[in-house]
Amino acid sequence: MPEFIRFDRITKFYGPLCVVENLDLGIVKGEFVSLLGPSGSGKTTLLMMLAGFEQPTSGNILLEGTAINAVPTHKRDMGVVFQSYALFPHMSVGENVAFPLQMRGVGKAEIEKRVARALDMVQLSALAERRPSQLSGGQQQRVALSRALVFEPRVVLMDEPLGALDKQLREQMQLDIRDLHRRLGLTIVFVTHDQSEALTMSDRVAVFNKGKIEQIGTPRQVYDEPATRFVAEFIGETNLVEGVVEAVEGAEANVRLTSGAQIVSAVSGTVAPGQTVYLSIRPERVDLTEIRGDARNCLETEVTDSVYQGDHLRVQLQNAAYPLIAKLGRRSREFPPGTKVYAAFSAGDCRVIAP
Amino acid sequence: MIAGPSRTVRSLILLAPLLVFLIGFFIWPLFSMMSQSVSDTAVLRLLPRSAVVLPVWDRKSPPTVSMQTALMEDLKAVDDDQALGDMVRRLNSARSGFRTLISKTTSALGNTANPPADLVSIDKRWEKPEFWLAIADALSPLTDRNLLAAVDLGRNAAGDIEHLPADQSVNRVILVRTFWIAALVTFFCACIGFPYAMIAASLDGWKRDLMLAAVLLPLWTSLLVRTAAWFILLQEQGLINDLLRWIGVIDAPLPLIFNRTGVIIAMTHVLLPFMVLPIYSVLITIPKNLMPAAASLGAHPLRAFLRVLLPLSLRGVASGSLLVFISAIGYYITPALIGGPGDQMISSIIAFYATGSANWGMAGALGVVLLVATLLLYSVYARLSAEEPGRR
Repeated sequence: MPEFIRFDRITKFYGPLCVVENLDLGIVKGEFVSLLGPSGSGKTTLLMMLAGFEQPTSGNILLEGTAINAVPTHKRDMGVVFQSYALFPHMSVGENVAFPLQMRGVGKAEIEKRVARALDMVQLSALAERRPSQLSGGQQQRVALSRALVFEPRVVLMDEPLGALDKQLREQMQLDIRDLHRRLGLTIVFVTHDQSEALTMSDRVAVFNKGKIEQIGTPRQVYDEPATRFVAEFIGETNLVEGVVEAVEGAEANVRLTSGAQIVSAVSGTVAPGQTVYLSIRPERVDLTEIRGDARNCLETEVTDSVYQGDHLRVQLQNAAYPLIAKLGRRSREFPPGTKVYAAFSAGDCRVIAP
Repeated sequence: MIAGPSRTVRSLILLAPLLVFLIGFFIWPLFSMMSQSVSDTAVLRLLPRSAVVLPVWDRKSPPTVSMQTALMEDLKAVDDDQALGDMVRRLNSARSGFRTLISKTTSALGNTANPPADLVSIDKRWEKPEFWLAIADALSPLTDRNLLAAVDLGRNAAGDIEHLPADQSVNRVILVRTFWIAALVTFFCACIGFPYAMIAASLDGWKRDLMLAAVLLPLWTSLLVRTAAWFILLQEQGLINDLLRWIGVIDAPLPLIFNRTGVIIAMTHVLLPFMVLPIYSVLITIPKNLMPAAASLGAHPLRAFLRVLLPLSLRGVASGSLLVFISAIGYYITPALIGGPGDQMISSIIAFYATGSANWGMAGALGVVLLVATLLLYSVYARLSAEEPGRR
């Protein structure tokens, strides 16, 4: 598929502070890409540059092959959804949604029709006459969404649009937006610091750290095959264990932990024997057994604490050298503190990460 | 339950200084000013006996004996020359000729050697009902003549309201001039104040502080000092004219002082803070992301301004305009110092009546006119701002 948007070696400085550093990113048409990272990682700045609110210090932003750096925001034809909604308080819901169409000189009858359709899409037709201040946060955000979609923009940019909503509403909106994306074939660039939001909604996730993209891939890739320590720690919860590579065989490596235990693990990057690396082991991939089973990796541990959390049992373990965490299914038996258990996992359930 | 009443008493005691202050320095002066404008006791005070007799007169026939006797008794009893002068002035303004008539009558009455039999024997004019009519009308303790005169109206002999002759009709011209100058000042304040407030609101840190300080600093300076400063700047040999001539823009000095231009320049400067601050306070509450949002929706910056920022800040412009306009119509010092004779506003007329001619009735009446105009304006503003629902 041809690239629709390309960030070409984008660098952005605020005074002496570098917020985006030599960044490359391509997005294809119809794709839902999340920019995920902690605050200050440059993800919002990148979105603002795409919308035209900010100018890159160097580098080009291409839309369908043409540089749009010099194109002012109002000619970029991109719908932006802000975290704080940015609805016009002096206009009714209907007038808000009609605004972009009026700016484009669309005829009156056509505006009416399209506004009705756009409000219908977010189930707000009944509230068209209300003022934004008379709506709940979730309703306001749906108005903002329909206002950003009504003029059929080439790209929809969302800057933490669900950040101000409570958890239940946020999860509903995540599914709604995902559904709209599929139904309308939208190209969406979505900024968030919430990793589960990014995993839920995106086709691809770009993980940002300190102005750079640490890893970009499908939700499954960034979760299961974290390329860096930062990605492994930022997305989900993980056990990170230090060790030295002893041998590499194909896509697997033998790693000796400082405790002396041997681990066989999948490798995503390139590592060489003798290198010091980290192993990332997702807590939910760890099994606890009382007798050493036939799993390829088995660590001798002792339970220090176990907490029942409804949908899972969270067990804290102490290995000879490292604390470990295991999340067990709700059918698992209890492990009282002090129990000696084996933490077992397959080679595919852990990952070697070059530091 | 027990704490209830004592709490009320306590809060009333705490509020007492405020209430006393409000009554003493706000409600009482306002009330006395308004009552001055309609009270008219200059004649009634001195002619108590006539006040008993005159109301039964039919207002047409020649004066009866009892009327003449009562008036003679009253005039004989007068021992206060200043009060007499007030009464004469009051009667003379209703009907010319009273001045000579009364002085002739009082001197005749003072002649104890040869007391006159009746008033007609002193002066034939006492036969005419018009003079008695004037006295009868002036005896009422309440009058609308000050209020009418404040807008250049008066009552004719038949008691109908009519326009005063042109040589006495100056108040309306000055009232119109007052409102016109105030409107111009408001307009210029809005033209300068709105962009100023917008720039101040868009900045932050020390730049914003500096801009606000530049507005606030003059507020902390005496009005007289600021006006005097403009006096120096605007003179023919003042800084502005010297500078313009030095640059070579003009050859002869511009007439900037003792005319309307000077008054408007100085008043605009003096009143600018009252425009900038309300607009500023509204602008900083407007979310910062509305303009970017409008741009992203396809609005050219100018259209975004007209459709989003301007309507949202109109409330500030309206309250600023109201403040400036209401302050401007009461201006006194600045037009008096910077303006020419054709730029005096209603306050200087009030000052003239109050301190120049001790005509408190007219001063009060003009004050009432000013107050009513202000209240009307305010009610219009309140109505307009109430008609915008959905605002926080």
